[in-house]
Amino acid sequence: MQLALLKALNEERTARRAAIVVTALGTGEQRLVKAVDAAKDELHEMLERRLRSGKSGTEETPKGKFFLTVFVPPPRLVVTGAVHVSQELAPMAQRLGYDVVIVDPRTAFATPERFANIKLIADWPDKVLPSLAIDAHTAFAALTHDPKIDDPALLHALSKDCFYIGALGSKKTHATRLERLKSQGAADTQLSRIHAPIGLSIGAVSPAEIAVSILAEITARLRLGEEPRK
Amino acid sequence: MQQENLLGTAAAWRAEGRKVALATVTETWGSAPRPVGSNLVIDGEGNFLGSVSGGCVEGAVVAEALDVIESGKPKLVSFGVADETAWEVGLSCGGKISVYVEPVT
Repeated sequence: MQLALLKALNEERTARRAAIVVTALGTGEQRLVKAVDAAKDELHEMLERRLRSGKSGTEETPKGKFFLTVFVPPPRLVVTGAVHVSQELAPMAQRLGYDVVIVDPRTAFATPERFANIKLIADWPDKVLPSLAIDAHTAFAALTHDPKIDDPALLHALSKDCFYIGALGSKKTHATRLERLKSQGAADTQLSRIHAPIGLSIGAVSPAEIAVSILAEITARLRLGEEPRK
Repeated sequence: MQQENLLGTAAAWRAEGRKVALATVTETWGSAPRPVGSNLVIDGEGNFLGSVSGGCVEGAVVAEALDVIESGKPKLVSFGVADETAWEVGLSCGGKISVYVEPVT
């Protein structure tokens, strides 16, 4: 590997941008494909599939055997609401490999006692979220049920290319939420990105079951790269 | 998911003027302890960080890496039960792996 390529790769990794190193196993020829350039590449189908799965591997092509080393940043889960569901959701998400951040300005909820070993920020989302640099490897879930907290956070998430946005609340709650967000300037095409009611429909009742349904939906979005079936 | 920053180390070692090789698991069969894409970073003195197996074949990969650093040419090496050297280097878990070893130049 050329040092210049290694440095360029490390730059992408540090900036939390995905990239693939393509190595021709026959000749040793190597190139770096940044995620933004994957669609333009001659191997774009393979590259895009591998960027979604995050898995490195060997590909046979008419031009020979290539090894694709895939670098995707660890996924993150940003949640508004230090609520009961979040207490179950956060440790489960950590087991799935997510860096978890919970944001809730209500200091009665956001206590280290309720969230051991979880990154917790007791402040308003519109103040905090911009500094978190929400990106394509981030999932966002609005779980407070409180428009004062969830709405600004949703508007921020909608302005970013996070791979998943979900919001807790019934269909009725969501309909009124959509009206509010629209009146604040959000377009219909943007709003359709919100998964609500949040989570796959598995009849979840307890906070832990709701956490499972949310993580199943997030996983489907991450791994299938398409709208999971409700 | 959390990976130590082996590629950062590779670049840093190179910047210090050390000779460096990078080994990457390209294929696995059967029970292999480290997934495809796992890295071992080796310097010209035989110092290494990371892993390509559960510690079974690292010694052999380091030897290959020193060879690669010397020749400047990458190579693809395999370890496994089908290989006579498997027992010698101790991949006794019954798995088989291919490792791409390349110089960082």
